Amino acid sequence: MRFLFRTDYNQDIDLFQFRLDRFWYGMLFASLATAPLWLDDYWISQVTYVAGFSISVLGLMLLAGFTGQVSLGHAAFVGIGAYAEAILMQRGVPFPISLILAGVLSGLIGAVIGLPALRLVGIYLAIATFAFVIIVQEVLTRWESLTGGNNGLRVPELTLFGLAIDQDWKFYYVTIVVAVLCFLGVVNVLRSPTGRAFIAIRDSEIAAQSLGVHLARYKTMAFALSAAITGIGGGLFAHKAGYLSPESFGLIGSINLLVAVLVGGIGSVHGAVFGAAFIAVLPQIIALLKDLLPDALAHQPGLEAGVFGLILVLTILFEPLGIYGRYRKLLFYVSIFPLYKRATFKRQKSYTRTERVH
Amino acid sequence: MSFFAVENLSVRFGGIRAVDDVSFAVEQGEVFTIIGPNGAGKTTIFNLISRIYEPTGGRILFQGVDITHLPAHAVTQRGIARTFQNIELFANATVLQNLLLGRHTHRSTTLFEEVLFLPSVRRAERAHRRKVEEVIDFLDLQAHRDSLIAGLPYGVRKVVELARALCTEPKLLLLDEPSSGLNVEETEDMVFWIRDIKRLLGITVIMVEHDMSLVSKVSDRVLALNYGKPIALGAPGEVQRHPEVVRAYLGE
Amino acid sequence: MVEFVQLTVNGIAIGCIYALVALGFVLIYKATETVNFAQGDLMMLGAFIAYSCIALWGLPYLVGILIAVAVLAAVGTGLDRIVLRPVVGQPTFAIVMLTIGIGTMFRAGASMTPGWGTETYSFATPYSGSTLRFGTVVIAAEHMTIILATIGLCAGLFAFFRFTKLGVAMQASSQNQLAAYYMGIPVKTMFSLIWGISAGVAAVAGILMAPISLVDINMGFIGLKAFPAAVLGGFGSIPGAIVGGLIIGVIEALAGFYLPAGFKDTAAYIVLLVVLFVRPHGLFGQMARKKV
Repeated sequence: MRFLFRTDYNQDIDLFQFRLDRFWYGMLFASLATAPLWLDDYWISQVTYVAGFSISVLGLMLLAGFTGQVSLGHAAFVGIGAYAEAILMQRGVPFPISLILAGVLSGLIGAVIGLPALRLVGIYLAIATFAFVIIVQEVLTRWESLTGGNNGLRVPELTLFGLAIDQDWKFYYVTIVVAVLCFLGVVNVLRSPTGRAFIAIRDSEIAAQSLGVHLARYKTMAFALSAAITGIGGGLFAHKAGYLSPESFGLIGSINLLVAVLVGGIGSVHGAVFGAAFIAVLPQIIALLKDLLPDALAHQPGLEAGVFGLILVLTILFEPLGIYGRYRKLLFYVSIFPLYKRATFKRQKSYTRTERVH
Repeated sequence: MSFFAVENLSVRFGGIRAVDDVSFAVEQGEVFTIIGPNGAGKTTIFNLISRIYEPTGGRILFQGVDITHLPAHAVTQRGIARTFQNIELFANATVLQNLLLGRHTHRSTTLFEEVLFLPSVRRAERAHRRKVEEVIDFLDLQAHRDSLIAGLPYGVRKVVELARALCTEPKLLLLDEPSSGLNVEETEDMVFWIRDIKRLLGITVIMVEHDMSLVSKVSDRVLALNYGKPIALGAPGEVQRHPEVVRAYLGE
Repeated sequence: MVEFVQLTVNGIAIGCIYALVALGFVLIYKATETVNFAQGDLMMLGAFIAYSCIALWGLPYLVGILIAVAVLAAVGTGLDRIVLRPVVGQPTFAIVMLTIGIGTMFRAGASMTPGWGTETYSFATPYSGSTLRFGTVVIAAEHMTIILATIGLCAGLFAFFRFTKLGVAMQASSQNQLAAYYMGIPVKTMFSLIWGISAGVAAVAGILMAPISLVDINMGFIGLKAFPAAVLGGFGSIPGAIVGGLIIGVIEALAGFYLPAGFKDTAAYIVLLVVLFVRPHGLFGQMARKKV
């Protein structure tokens, strides 16, 4: 068990409360920085994918996990970010600027969609965003002069300040830097008044309003910020994939993002990374398991989807805080060993929470 | 001109007149209590003042300004804070975060500064924290600073909600049944705190309350409502003995 | 003009399917405030079971339908018992994702079931191929059956909720759990039964749709169009869901013909967004707000 003896308000404001945290995050950054030296290309490419995807998940996490708004439409923002990045680069906009513009465009569209969406509660919002993703996908398919439609769109090769990013390890550094900046930005927002207002909206809109939180403004802000971050993730995805086609940005994509948020651990920034890793790793684990399974089962095309669904259901039923929640419990278990009691984390019985007036 | 006044306030839900032509005025520094049987429209008046409901008629004046049609979040900016009957705290946040949210109207930083966490944000955060600590000391919440609301007992949550309202530095505080769900001891504490809020902080209080002993201990004036209509107004003892009030509570 | 009427009739037929799926959403939503994203997959399951009974095992058409509906009702009840009950009180988000996960598992399960798999099957009915003629308007028997069966089913459900004790008890549980519980109604059982009814209705929708769209594991995605229908109707209103379904069906049929390609599949969603932005609680919904 660690205790913090506070002597200064800064200790609560700082990024890391404990000295030990600083050490571990320092180690993490050191290993990320040196990874290309001791990891082969395959793993570098995997880590790049997880880091890039975790940005998009982080965007949705900010909205779903911290502001309490459900969006089934976030794949549309990944798509908008990805296409914007590809098209801007085609038109000769240099890299960091094109990515920022892709994020800004996603954010603006997010604000436009968020502006009316904030009058919608719960399920209505979910369904409106669901309609949004389907419409955006159709637009990407039909606007052939710009997006190439179903033929797809080739993403120009990335150059950074005249330097060609033509190898996995180079793109790895680009992704890691962008990811770290995005995470830092989100953590900063979450420890300042705006982030607290988001959390307030998540937990009780009525109370938030009675404390002077302008619901419409903050919900739009959350939507825009979330869409922008997800769009930046999309921009990196464009380069990772090298080739874009509309079917990657439909409902299934949105559901993947949501699963990452839930399985990773809703309401935690760490959860975004865990969730992204889960989505990246699961197909590979299943591929490995296929060798062990009986033939009749192993060659079923539905196997992957089935396992995916099963894990989702089990997570919600048994570990609503996802991998991060499990990780925290494990840490706690180790730190107070051997005094751990199951009851410490026993969920309180809850009742139907109604939004209706009877 | 009164500090706070309600003029001919009415609201109808369908055919029911929940608040029917209610007028009253509250002077600065007063503790003004609204009593009445269940369903008399007490909480509805609070919800009208904090703009959760739209009145169908009448005006609400605060420091001479008509606030009847302000958006809900702007009411707090004018200096009116409230608590809720059934506690509306941010359950998945810590006590400290809840109280810091009480500082929201005093926010001075922009989103841009916050994304970069510039020194100005840190300075503002420290200032908010100092203010919050004053309130924590005032209401003896030191022990619970880092607890999650979801894990706190009811009595403490009630105090946290009061603390959160005080963090907004209100001029007028609306307390919706501050003693409901509290045990005898906690209710005693509440009496002291309400007195201190009036005396030490100089905040005007409007309160809805059922516990008559608490009402008579802290209130300067009492308004009794029944079926949305005012039936008596005056000193606590007077109103309690008023024949209409007795009839409203005990029936014919 | 004939063309217009013809399209409208076809649209109404498809709209009936949307209406039936939407009806299932609404029944469950009214009772438990859960939106069941697996509704379309329940529909797929119903169609597959009927297909197995009729085409694979050679049972008579009506018997096949009855078996499918009964099995699905049992599945629906079981889902509520086993999966949904433990998550009561969790945020909407978690429950939505839970039903999405269940839907995925159903699809995967169907694709792995011997005899079903990922292929597409046609589904012969006793009335396949025949048409009805009203002046110049021609209605396929499949469409006519859909319309008639929907009317019949809705009338049946209406009578059930209105005139039977069980139906009234279900309505009571939906409107106010606590009050119903105090009146001695076994609320949890009622909810399970409502899930059963919804799943049964989904099975009927699947079976009715099978002759016009063929049976495959992804037919449930058509159920997603029932969302706009349910939302148009206000999500809490059963007549609203039916009207919403018909509106979506007709709009889609007309948009597919008169508007450029691409609008057929998105028309429903565009209408949905427009309606939501004008009336955030649907055409027939009421403004709901938490009480403090």
